[in-house]
Amino acid sequence: MERVDAYPTHEYQGYKLRPGKPFPFGATFVPGGVNFAIYSSHATSCTLVLFDKGEGLPKVEIPFPDEFQIGDVYSMIVFGLDYENIEYGYRMEGPFDPQRGDRFDASKILLDPYAKAISGRDVWGQKPNWENVYPHRALLVFDDFDWAEDRPLEIPMEDLVIYEMHVRSFTRHPSSGVKFPGTFAGIRQKMPYLKELGVNCIELMPIYEFDEYENSRINPDSGELLMNYWGYSTVGFFAPKSGLAATGKLGMQVDELKALVKELHRNGIEVFLDVVFNHTAEGNENGPYISFKGIDNKTYYMLTPEGYYFNFSGTGNTLNCNNPVVRNIVLDCLRYWASEYHIDGFRFDLASILGRDQFGYPLSNPPLLESLAFDPILAKCKLIAEAWDAGGLYQVGSFPAYGRWAEWNGKFRDGLRRFLKGEPGLTGDIAQRIQGSPDLYASRGPTASINFITCHDGFTLYDLVSYNDKHNEANGEGNRDGANDNNSWNCGCEGSTTDVDINALRMRQMKNAAAMLLVSQGVPMILMGDEIARTQNGNNNTYCQDNSLNWLDWNLMNTQGELLRFYQKSIKFRLAHPVFRNRWHLSNQDRVGSGFADISWHGTKVWQPDWSGSSRLLAFMLDGKHARGGMVSDDDIYVAMNMHWESHWFELPRLPGDKRWHVFANTGVPSPADVWENGQEPVLANQDGILLGDRSVVILVGK
Amino acid sequence: MEVIQSIVQNVNVVRLAGDLDGNTAPGVQAQIMTLTSPNVKMILDMSGVSFMSSAGLRMLLVMYRTIMSQSGKVVLVGLSEDIRDTMLMTGFLDFFTYLETLDDGLKTFSL
Repeated sequence: MERVDAYPTHEYQGYKLRPGKPFPFGATFVPGGVNFAIYSSHATSCTLVLFDKGEGLPKVEIPFPDEFQIGDVYSMIVFGLDYENIEYGYRMEGPFDPQRGDRFDASKILLDPYAKAISGRDVWGQKPNWENVYPHRALLVFDDFDWAEDRPLEIPMEDLVIYEMHVRSFTRHPSSGVKFPGTFAGIRQKMPYLKELGVNCIELMPIYEFDEYENSRINPDSGELLMNYWGYSTVGFFAPKSGLAATGKLGMQVDELKALVKELHRNGIEVFLDVVFNHTAEGNENGPYISFKGIDNKTYYMLTPEGYYFNFSGTGNTLNCNNPVVRNIVLDCLRYWASEYHIDGFRFDLASILGRDQFGYPLSNPPLLESLAFDPILAKCKLIAEAWDAGGLYQVGSFPAYGRWAEWNGKFRDGLRRFLKGEPGLTGDIAQRIQGSPDLYASRGPTASINFITCHDGFTLYDLVSYNDKHNEANGEGNRDGANDNNSWNCGCEGSTTDVDINALRMRQMKNAAAMLLVSQGVPMILMGDEIARTQNGNNNTYCQDNSLNWLDWNLMNTQGELLRFYQKSIKFRLAHPVFRNRWHLSNQDRVGSGFADISWHGTKVWQPDWSGSSRLLAFMLDGKHARGGMVSDDDIYVAMNMHWESHWFELPRLPGDKRWHVFANTGVPSPADVWENGQEPVLANQDGILLGDRSVVILVGK
Repeated sequence: MEVIQSIVQNVNVVRLAGDLDGNTAPGVQAQIMTLTSPNVKMILDMSGVSFMSSAGLRMLLVMYRTIMSQSGKVVLVGLSEDIRDTMLMTGFLDFFTYLETLDDGLKTFSL
């Protein structure tokens, strides 16, 4: 039956119109036309601005008649548009009174906050037209992707191994050999590498549309262009970044990203997005008008009583996340990515900001975090918080979790780094970290802990064992940017060296880090390239570098095959042994009558861990009969960690019956005997004990 | 946009020439639909298509779904490298059997 609303009721300059539906917000296809809906609680009037694709000036500007407004929402159906060749925006009229928080300026054309695709930075790095009256333009998008039988994978949290990566960095380097370097399609071509590595989740650094030219500048020393490379500054929350898609120039970035997600899922790999809701690309009072600032400044931003921008993000402005209107757009956004893109999880940048009230004070029961935790569409999505912000709120262990939220465990990173470099007196702390940090997440279980030693912020693993200090000169800020508390150690020489002993020690230290990360309860996260010793030449804050400081050099696969092999086998080993992947905390007691506690602690002597202030070594045994809380039976595992610069003899716990200790890994012996294929571990000749070389980790399997 | 139909060895061969975009796709779709019937064997010869937009890709998929629902079969031939890459990256190619030449296409139907 034909619908009545397929016919126009109004006309403006030849365009056929009809009052629209206020919901859903954004631009939606309806029979014969497009429904445009946008809201502003303080604007006095609104105009829809339409462009032919790429044209300098609008083709028409259609004011919303009064009868097209319901509440604070302006909505209109425009008939007969050429979907593929239209760009749209809005003008908002209203008061300009910064002290009261209003910054309306009808001379600006504003981006729809709900824009599903955005043109203007179609191809990465292509020089923008700075005179453009409307630089980031909303496009119309088909939402009819054919997912066939795909849906989010719902891999249990405790079974994940996360790989944190930047879309462009992964394949931009010429050595990647992919047809379309630096794109979503490039990742797809590298699927075999990810599968061989064994990770089952990739976490993409920002892919929401951002402007790589935001605050771009020339480094006075090198003459190099410095960009907003990482992309932690959002232009549009609903749009994938065009410049990260090989088909962005055709406006097909939506389909390209969906096709990538579908292909990753087909290969058993989940996709997490790193989402930045704490601030936007509009900066402070000196920043540009892109969207929110001109639509409803005081609704979307946290403002001081004088009307200036609060800066809890360290980047100029702070999104007003616990205003009910802003809360809804965040929720709409995540629902959109979960349902339209089949995204499996989200990592929230500076998430503590999301728990501040409209005046910046931390809330004890933040409604936004609660809404996300209980939302039906997000019910199976993993939610991960970076549980701190630039305003001094540090909530590792105390982030409001509602039984759902996991955290980037900064204390795991710091403790493991200090232990690794040989600081004494850390065994008590390390025991907590290895168990999934029950001291932090007592009631939440180890799956609340995302364990990592390195992430995009800070040193890569190779740099962690090769530099004592950051070397950020290439960022053009006099080496003042980036963190100073790196807990790193260069193994005897700052930076790259031909010294064979130092390089051997670095290799061992990287293996030690990988081993300790992958035998810990909780969810391990690996930084892209650490498995092949990627370096940033000591730069611990490469946010602005569109060059080999960020690009993964695939030649390292040839030169660092030893490390790659160690990672591949260690990941497979973890995934083969449920004893590493408990959902609930270990009890340090025998709960199944096996004769052993689920986890027991040892030192050079069995049953005698050294918790003293001078200790640099620790061993533990996981009892296989306690795997998954005693629900499944696994082999027993013994791990000894000697972070001392001397070798030590470790007595081994005696196994019951005719079980024998087998060697899975020993970082103290040369490759290929450093690690074995899961299931093919050689039996240990002397079952009474094992000598650990200096700064070494041993992993044994009892079976 | 040209749509040229012929019957070769009991196969419906449809040759498209020109740009397949939002303006031309609805017309092309309407024409192709008149050629579909239960158990239809169809080859779409794309060698004359120089540009395909998002709307063009969608038209192909709608046509594919229609033909499949009638137990028919459709094969694409003559895709340019650009269009094949675009279809691959956007996931549309997953659905189709595609071959280099018209002869290759005809062979799959004669097997």
